[in-house]
Amino acid sequence: MSRPPEHDDLPNPVRPAFTPDEAGGMVVNIGPSHPATHGTLQIIAALDGERVTRADVHCGYLHRGFEKECEDHTWNNLIPYVDRLNYCSGLINDFAYCDAVETLMGVEITRRCRVLRTLLAEYSRIADHMTCIAASLMEIGAMTGFLYLMTIRDYIYEHLADLTGARVTYTYGRIGGLARDLPEGWLTRLDEILVQYEDFIGRVHALMDRNRIFIDRTRDVGVLTTDEALNWGFTGPMLRSTGAPRDLRRDTPYLAYGDLDFEVPVGIKGDNYDRYYVRMREMDESVYMIRQLVEMLEPGPISVDDKRCTLPEKHLVYSEIESLINHFKLIMEGPQVPAGEVYRAHEAANGELGFYLVSTGGGRPYRMHVRGPSFIHMGGLHRLLEGYQLADIVATFGSVNMIGGECDR
Amino acid sequence: MDRPPLTVLRERLAADGLEATESLGLLVMELPAPELLATVEGLKSRHGFDLFLDVTAVDWPERQPRFDVVYHFYASREHVRLRLKTTVPGDDPTVDSLTPLYGSAHFMERECHELLGIAFRGNPDLRPILLYEGFTGHPLRKDYAKNHTQPLVRYRR
Repeated sequence: MSRPPEHDDLPNPVRPAFTPDEAGGMVVNIGPSHPATHGTLQIIAALDGERVTRADVHCGYLHRGFEKECEDHTWNNLIPYVDRLNYCSGLINDFAYCDAVETLMGVEITRRCRVLRTLLAEYSRIADHMTCIAASLMEIGAMTGFLYLMTIRDYIYEHLADLTGARVTYTYGRIGGLARDLPEGWLTRLDEILVQYEDFIGRVHALMDRNRIFIDRTRDVGVLTTDEALNWGFTGPMLRSTGAPRDLRRDTPYLAYGDLDFEVPVGIKGDNYDRYYVRMREMDESVYMIRQLVEMLEPGPISVDDKRCTLPEKHLVYSEIESLINHFKLIMEGPQVPAGEVYRAHEAANGELGFYLVSTGGGRPYRMHVRGPSFIHMGGLHRLLEGYQLADIVATFGSVNMIGGECDR
Repeated sequence: MDRPPLTVLRERLAADGLEATESLGLLVMELPAPELLATVEGLKSRHGFDLFLDVTAVDWPERQPRFDVVYHFYASREHVRLRLKTTVPGDDPTVDSLTPLYGSAHFMERECHELLGIAFRGNPDLRPILLYEGFTGHPLRKDYAKNHTQPLVRYRR
């Protein structure tokens, strides 16, 4: 087969940190297109036999100029984009972004909106943790655990599709509220799914927790201490698995978390097993929180009554000129956000998801920056890989839950 | 009555000669670029800012100096966030790297370096991370046109 001539001078998109001579052994390239790299990560590893001596991690294969694109759209137009950061738990991204804009505008959301956002954020966290655990189990051969978890995750996705109209990319948050209220019977189905969740999670615990093969692949593999995790900027389950009870929901309460009773599960030594177990326990806490939130849910408006950000009701748009103009201005020019800058962080499924927004006043952001936890975790990933076996890369990388969308932006 | 940790920490910083203001739930400090490394060293060792969250820059093409370099830190015991801002000129956008203090600075400074062209003095590895080798220009600068393309693999005719 002959290659087209214009491909002969293709440069290598990455420059490895070391040559085989410098590494003093064999150098292998893993990814970016490999079933265990979730599609978008490249690891260049120097080996001594089967042991990884150095690892050079490259991301960016899913870079799509998110921050540049955001500067060219109105504030409310960005909600579909932020959905696609962490595409396993899009709702958390929605709410974190809306919260940042609302903080800058000085908008206080309604009580029902606050409780609903908290409930849906926890529901998304369950789906996200399930995706992570399911994928990492499958990658080390535990197909049954994968199928059990995926079953429940799919119930959750279908259930969220009932509410938002989409399985993954919801676009459900709105600046100052939510797109729509719960459909009839949604909470009944929620309860059914949570009961099934408990059944299936029990089966996964029974299959994995004391499983010899699973323990051999995960215990004492990819160990990290708390000090090192902090040094490399780790947050979320990664940091908690090292034994540090750092959780933004508890430490800097936002939404309705201040009114909830929940525990912050931590690990013992920060290895793959702890990361698995912390996520499993966090899902249980999320279910506990969801049940409290359902009790707290009271009837009321889901969007604030504020002409600066909330669209007027449709029948008013068609019947009176003020609402028509209000609708037109919000859609064409965007919500007018006062000049200033803000950083708001939510505890996303992976860690601290921060939005840094700069506004010069007007309908578009001047600058928008996302602190994606996955990207920062990739900066310290080599610490989890070096010194362990080549085959452990798959198990460790699965336990990190790197999401290309928010890592590469 | 417990006082808010933000206020407590602000007073502790003031006692150390560091002037901080409060803005939308976090502390804000502005300081000249040459003082950056020494100040952050003090913040980390004396005031408990053990988590380096984020670094980015904001481009103001009409302004002198042109760039704001914006850092976010978190004190994981006191649960307080701090924003540190410094300015660098467009013709020499150089600040000291924080890699001697925080490991997380490695990747974040690489990203800021390629997307905004801020040079981090002392960072040993500023290879591209989100973009690719040979990419010219800094896409998040305001003078980089949004629709400008430079594909690595040529488009098919």
